[in-house]
Amino acid sequence: MAAAAMRSDVHAQTETAPAAVNPVTAPSLAKVSLKVNGKACDLELDTRTTLLDALREHLHLTGSKKGCDQGQCGACTVMVNGRRINSCLTLAVMQQGSEVTTIEGLGTPENMHPMQEAFVKCDGYQCGYCTSGQICSAVAVLGEIKEGIPSHVTEDLMKPPSWDSSEIRERMSGNLCRCGAYSNIMEAITQVAGGRA
Amino acid sequence: MKPFTYERAESPAAAAGAAMRHPGAKFVAGGTNLLDLMKLEIEEPMHLIDVNGLQLDKIEPTPEGGLRIGALVRNTDLAADERVRRDYGVLSRALVAGASGQLRNMATTAGNLLQRTRCPYFYDTNQPCNKRLPGSGCSAVDGASRQLAIIGVSEACIATHPSDMAVALRVLDASVETILPDGTTRTIPIADFHRLPGDTPHLETVLQPGELITAVTLPKPLGGTHIYHKVRDRASYAFALVSIAAVIQRDGSGRVAVGGVAHKPWRVEAAEAELPRGAKAVTERLLADAKPTKDNAFKVKLVERVLGAVLAEAKGA
Ligand SMILES: Cc1cc2nc3c(=O)[nH]c(=O)nc-3n(C[C@H](O)[C@H](O)[C@H](O)COP(=O)(O)OP(=O)(O)OC[C@H]3O[C@@H](n4cnc5c(N)ncnc54)[C@H](O)[C@@H]3O)c2cc1C
Ligand code: SF4
Ligand code: FES
Ligand code: FES
Repeated sequence: MAAAAMRSDVHAQTETAPAAVNPVTAPSLAKVSLKVNGKACDLELDTRTTLLDALREHLHLTGSKKGCDQGQCGACTVMVNGRRINSCLTLAVMQQGSEVTTIEGLGTPENMHPMQEAFVKCDGYQCGYCTSGQICSAVAVLGEIKEGIPSHVTEDLMKPPSWDSSEIRERMSGNLCRCGAYSNIMEAITQVAGGRA
Repeated sequence: MKPFTYERAESPAAAAGAAMRHPGAKFVAGGTNLLDLMKLEIEEPMHLIDVNGLQLDKIEPTPEGGLRIGALVRNTDLAADERVRRDYGVLSRALVAGASGQLRNMATTAGNLLQRTRCPYFYDTNQPCNKRLPGSGCSAVDGASRQLAIIGVSEACIATHPSDMAVALRVLDASVETILPDGTTRTIPIADFHRLPGDTPHLETVLQPGELITAVTLPKPLGGTHIYHKVRDRASYAFALVSIAAVIQRDGSGRVAVGGVAHKPWRVEAAEAELPRGAKAVTERLLADAKPTKDNAFKVKLVERVLGAVLAEAKGA
């Protein structure tokens, strides 16, 4: 009882409205429509479903991986409206109307995206668990440099960021590789970047 | 995660109103902090109000010559805005020193200000923590406190505010614009926005229940050299041990705010008068009342050294 009373106290200020312990036990359903890899998808989901779980468990696109489920590893990286995000830290219902591109949408084994090809050529993986996230992130990183978005290592904020490896390395820091395939990952991205710069 | 109902708010006033109507409601913006905490059931809202559709995602000039940053502007877009890069470089620098590219694409201006501490015991639901469960005690005072605060601390809590962006906003003297559930609006100076822990560490800001942040405004540009220097355990993608946001003028005067040392960005205006006398003099004044633990006493020296580096860089610029 005492703990419950204190608990409501916690929420009094950190919540946007006064509250007690969440007593709700029944899941709440909500509808959401998204476009995934160009295909319209209408789903009715438990509001708790993350975009990652919607992709993997409901749309059976299992290329995107769940590493940490906390925004720390990047294995779940997908593109939403052209930007890379961690799909584990957004709810599917928050993505109403969004266009999502996953690794499956970037290319297929028969018709690979240049970044996928480069990862294969450079052996940019070992177990492959982080790879989908690495590739989605890498494609986005090159876009971000092109757009002129600064990074922590950009020397002059008023000049376009460079395409060198320190920029790529810094921008890829949200994608961890448990196997430590980093040098080959860097090699793959640098090859694609070199082709573009 | 506990179940919750969900709605998309149509206007700022409607969002604030909905928060009052629904017990246990919370706003969700980028979701990068809130969802993480909901998975751990540290946050357990009964109702989520999605504020992403409120069109608060613009950066506009103010009549006073400053900038008004919508609450929903993503950290990436704020850092990349040409006016911010040119006139408020310390803010761009602080933003890109935080989190990862993916997270900055989701994280919003308001959400960043309201992100909760990274104290390990706040996250560990098996341990006492006054911030998570008032009255349960603080595991950090006698625990692993290397990352935690050295100043403005209380017996109840020694947590830090983890935001990099907030440190830059403090040095720039930004203000936070809000709307309350009754439809009134107010402007809160950033200096008054975050609270010190005192004996109520669960109260982190002066926001009222249901109060929605609509924008953050920056006063007109200060000129000078803008520097954000962050020291952390990894070169990238780690929270600050100590960080310094500084705007230093040609004549050596300027402003300094420190991150990673307190429950809010730490700035003591009186200490800035010491700037011409160097880092040691400023730090002595800035951290005069520091009460570090055994584990984090190194931060006092670290602040002085980082400030030394910042002042040297400003001189060379
Ligand atoms: C792995 C990882 C590493 C990170 N590293 C760093 C780092 O180095 N430096 C750093 O500064 N940050 C870091 N972060 C934190 C990140 O910056 C924050 O999670 C982010 O800024 C929060 O913004 P959001 O929009 O996602 O907030 P949300 O998670 O959507 O919301 C956070 C809080 O703000 C409230 N809220 C949101 N919008 C409003 C509004 N308009 N009005 C009132 N209340 C509102 C919500 O109710 C919630 O309580 C990291 C995060 C992760 C996951
Ligand atoms: S320092 Fe604050 S957040 Fe950390 S355990 Fe103590 S009360 Fe909790
Ligand atoms: S699973 Fe999303 S970042 Fe690790
Ligand atoms: S290839 Fe195994 S985690 Fe990266």
